[in-house]
Amino acid sequence: MIEIKNIHKTFGDNHVLKGISAEFKEGICNLIIGGSGSGKTTLLKCMVGLHEPDEGSVIYDGRDFTRMNFQSRIEIRTEIGMLFQGSALFDSMNVEENIMFPLNMFTEQHRKEKLERVNFCLERVNLVDKNKLFPAELSGGMKKRVGIARAIAMNPKYLFVDEPNSGLDPKTSIVIDELIQELTEEYKTITIIVTHDMNSVMGIGENIIFLHDGEKWWEGSNKEITSTDNQELNDFVFASKFMRSLKKNK
Amino acid sequence: MIFHPLGKYILLLKAVFRKPEKWDIYRKEIFKEMNSIGIGSLGIIAIISVFLGAVTTVQTAFQLVSDLIPKSVIGGIVRDSSILELSPTISAIVLAGKVGSSVASQIGTMRVTEQIDALEIMGINSPGYLILPKIIAAITTIPLLVIISIALSIMGGFLAGTASGAVTTHDFINGLITDFIPYTFTVSMVKAVIFAFIITSVSAYQGFYTDGGALEVGQSSTKAVVISCIAILFSDYVIAQLLL
Repeated sequence: MIEIKNIHKTFGDNHVLKGISAEFKEGICNLIIGGSGSGKTTLLKCMVGLHEPDEGSVIYDGRDFTRMNFQSRIEIRTEIGMLFQGSALFDSMNVEENIMFPLNMFTEQHRKEKLERVNFCLERVNLVDKNKLFPAELSGGMKKRVGIARAIAMNPKYLFVDEPNSGLDPKTSIVIDELIQELTEEYKTITIIVTHDMNSVMGIGENIIFLHDGEKWWEGSNKEITSTDNQELNDFVFASKFMRSLKKNK
Repeated sequence: MIFHPLGKYILLLKAVFRKPEKWDIYRKEIFKEMNSIGIGSLGIIAIISVFLGAVTTVQTAFQLVSDLIPKSVIGGIVRDSSILELSPTISAIVLAGKVGSSVASQIGTMRVTEQIDALEIMGINSPGYLILPKIIAAITTIPLLVIISIALSIMGGFLAGTASGAVTTHDFINGLITDFIPYTFTVSMVKAVIFAFIITSVSAYQGFYTDGGALEVGQSSTKAVVISCIAILFSDYVIAQLLL
């Protein structure tokens, strides 16, 4: 389980996170949702150590990540897989080298074993035989899938996903969402997804945290989200005419 | 005002020189960078060196109007100017433009496209992985480039001098071998190593702390070249004061 306790983060005069606490369980997709500027990506970055929170703790299975030094954090970081909004594939490496990179850095496996693992990961994300392509030769959806393959290469216990659907068409978005959900259930990872895509929320949001203005305003599941009386959440969920009409018909 | 970036630069260097995760991977990166910095810059260094030597010969001959000064002096002046100043300093300024801007924009692009964040999430010391191979490659290949530059500069001077009739072959070679102080070559190599460190570390710093998008990557690249050039000229003066 990952626990965050009373996380505060300020950039200059801008108090972005105001004492957020939550728990994220394994084997389900935990979603952090909220409007632009609500602090969800900052929260994710605080959790993985890309930002240092001003106050509060991030605890990975009883290990307080925020109090660790660089060397101690490496152990936890090798258990983390992350898919970035823009995929963040290394431009100078082909697909195979991108996925093999963490294996090269942190394992003593032979090349044959590493290649088997790479091919397994590529098969898992339906990209067989794309080993030698470079990121510039991939479509947005393929980049996301390579990003997922790289994130799962080390068999992570914790999977972080930042805006998995940004820049993708609705059909590809659903494929990516379903893939993340399948991997989460299959490997029992603790998966935390930052999104503002309502298809993702309704499709895979088993545990949802809604942030508004740097605070946690609501927590529940996709089954509960449409029936809440929280005004800010309703404004977010039913922002489009289409969603409002669905609610009216219901 | 200068202390904040200076502190950040020192802290970045501290992270750069942290123990590498795996030497094998770093070694491969070092060879890749040596190829890029060394072989990749050979052409431009060769061209500017030949012309530097040629211009030095022609202009020195133009100023030597007295019959009391032997023409062989031209060879000595071209030799010492090339070794002490022209080859290390001008090469370093050209390399600040070529290598420095490339390093800053490469690392800057990695920063704005979250590739550096991806490295850090994996538990990799990103300053070490990205910057250390470039520094090692530069401080090994740039002195070699300077040696080649010295040789080509003298050759350029010889060709220009003899072709224009400003100096005879005998006088030029006589000037080259007369009163040669090997220590000047040591000073030249010290300069080359320090300039190589400045070019890569300053440019990497500018790239590493890029914040924003494509526009900021371009700005970092420009700043890297400008600051590297100033730092090269300042350290050139300091080295000359200390070692000569």
